[in-house]
Amino acid sequence: MKEIRILSPNGILGYGFPLSSFEAGLNLKPDVIAVDAGSIDPGPYYLGAGVSFTTREEVKRDLVYMLRGAYSLDIPVLIGTAGGAGAKPHVDWVLEIVDEVLKEEKVEFRRAVIYSDVSRELLLNKLKNGKVNPLSAEPPLNDEMIHDSERLVAQIGVEAFIEALEAGANLIIAGRSLDVAEFAAFPIWKGFPKGLAIHLGKILECGAIAAEPGSGRDCLFGILRKDHFLVYPTNQGRRCTKTSVAAHSLYEKEDPLKLWVTDGCIDISEAKFEELDERTVKVSGSRFVSKDISHLKVEGVRFVGFRFVCIAGSRDPYFISSLLELEDEVKREVRENFPNIKEGRDYSIRFVNYGIDGVMGELEPRSNVSHEVGIVMEVVGKNRETAKTILASVRSTLLHIGFEGRRSTAGNLAILFSPSDFDGGKVYEFSVHHLMEVDSEKEVYKTSFI
Amino acid sequence: MAINLKDITQVIRSKNAGPFILTFDVIFKDFEIYGKVKEKHLINRDLIKKLYNIFDDDILDIVYFDDALAVKFNIKRRIPSGNFGDRDIYGAQQHAPVLDVVLEL
Repeated sequence: MKEIRILSPNGILGYGFPLSSFEAGLNLKPDVIAVDAGSIDPGPYYLGAGVSFTTREEVKRDLVYMLRGAYSLDIPVLIGTAGGAGAKPHVDWVLEIVDEVLKEEKVEFRRAVIYSDVSRELLLNKLKNGKVNPLSAEPPLNDEMIHDSERLVAQIGVEAFIEALEAGANLIIAGRSLDVAEFAAFPIWKGFPKGLAIHLGKILECGAIAAEPGSGRDCLFGILRKDHFLVYPTNQGRRCTKTSVAAHSLYEKEDPLKLWVTDGCIDISEAKFEELDERTVKVSGSRFVSKDISHLKVEGVRFVGFRFVCIAGSRDPYFISSLLELEDEVKREVRENFPNIKEGRDYSIRFVNYGIDGVMGELEPRSNVSHEVGIVMEVVGKNRETAKTILASVRSTLLHIGFEGRRSTAGNLAILFSPSDFDGGKVYEFSVHHLMEVDSEKEVYKTSFI
Repeated sequence: MAINLKDITQVIRSKNAGPFILTFDVIFKDFEIYGKVKEKHLINRDLIKKLYNIFDDDILDIVYFDDALAVKFNIKRRIPSGNFGDRDIYGAQQHAPVLDVVLEL
């Protein structure tokens, strides 16, 4: 093969894409369709609860067109980080949707399902042997954090994908993977240079975000050759520019000049970005630098409690000017009202005050206060009933609390909804976000063929 | 000459780089101005410390990237994404103080 042509339908499977863009992409005769189906950005809940941040109908909608298109061209489809967080329940959820689509469309694919869950035993063992380290700003890991973790996944690289392709799969549904893995696997398998393949993957994995105007719900097309690659959006209303493509290697990562993968990094300090025409950018010079040891990033979350939330506002200048002290007073009164339920041990209360420092908190440099303030009252409790009770008490106490200079004696809050209090479900936090040294990625991934 | 950073840039953004780090991108419009900012290292640790009222240890690094006309800096999150107390799960709205920066070119 002289070149590999890759169609990326969008930034996340389920985000949608204009049908005209996708059809234009198919007309460009891709050799493979690849899509990233997940992200860690939506936070710890999804890995913990085993559900996706995308919905079934959204994912199905995209899959119908992708699988129909791929079948008609007889090309493979590679899906990474299935189900948003990429653990077994997420992968199985996508597989179920895929199977439904294949049945409805009356088409068949040779499917490979790759799981990248990590057992607690494996991680404990690795930690004991000094093979687990923080990526950068994370606290060091300990046994307790691993035991507490609800679920653990590792970001696998291209190896498992290549193995599945080699075995004849033409539809790969993989668990937690590097964003670039599902894009780079096919060309690397065909013998194209790793540096360019992975760099192209990084640009394609967000769909048309690397174009101008950018969008996570539109297609991007890549053509990889032996010594360079081309990239352009399939939608004529967008274009790739030298800056839009170069700037994309900054996106969501710490070091713009290095792109880390499991067994090395792509050095793009010598990469050359050229505008080939109005809409196409040519990139060359991205190099793969291999490492002696392979590392996989492991992600884990632990259960913290149950959340209840109430949203309200105030337009009263006297109340707003006393708000912070009143919130402290509410906490005190609630503590007093429930002497057997202990703050800290059984629950935590938080007020987020939009119009004061709601978005930035401690990082907020400005001290001006808006004429109206939005207040989010949050309680996280050890159990659901505690969270519900304490939030109800917080809400009613703040609603009627008296203060110096009060004129609005009927109530301090514009409560937004009835019912006022929302069940926020289970709360998780990240417990593991560390690099684990492996001799081979096979220590982690397991593939089954269907 | 004092220039507003927001007038000479096309992008000023923040985002998570994983749950423990906030990464900021400042992308300029013009190579010459970018070059001056880089040469004088006008986006530096002192500026960032002042902007966010944080300490040296909170700042991981500052990288200039010529091809993208960009400066990137990374800071540690006080509260990891999604932990109790976090206010910005994606970290996408922590950039505003950078909009107010005035540079002496």
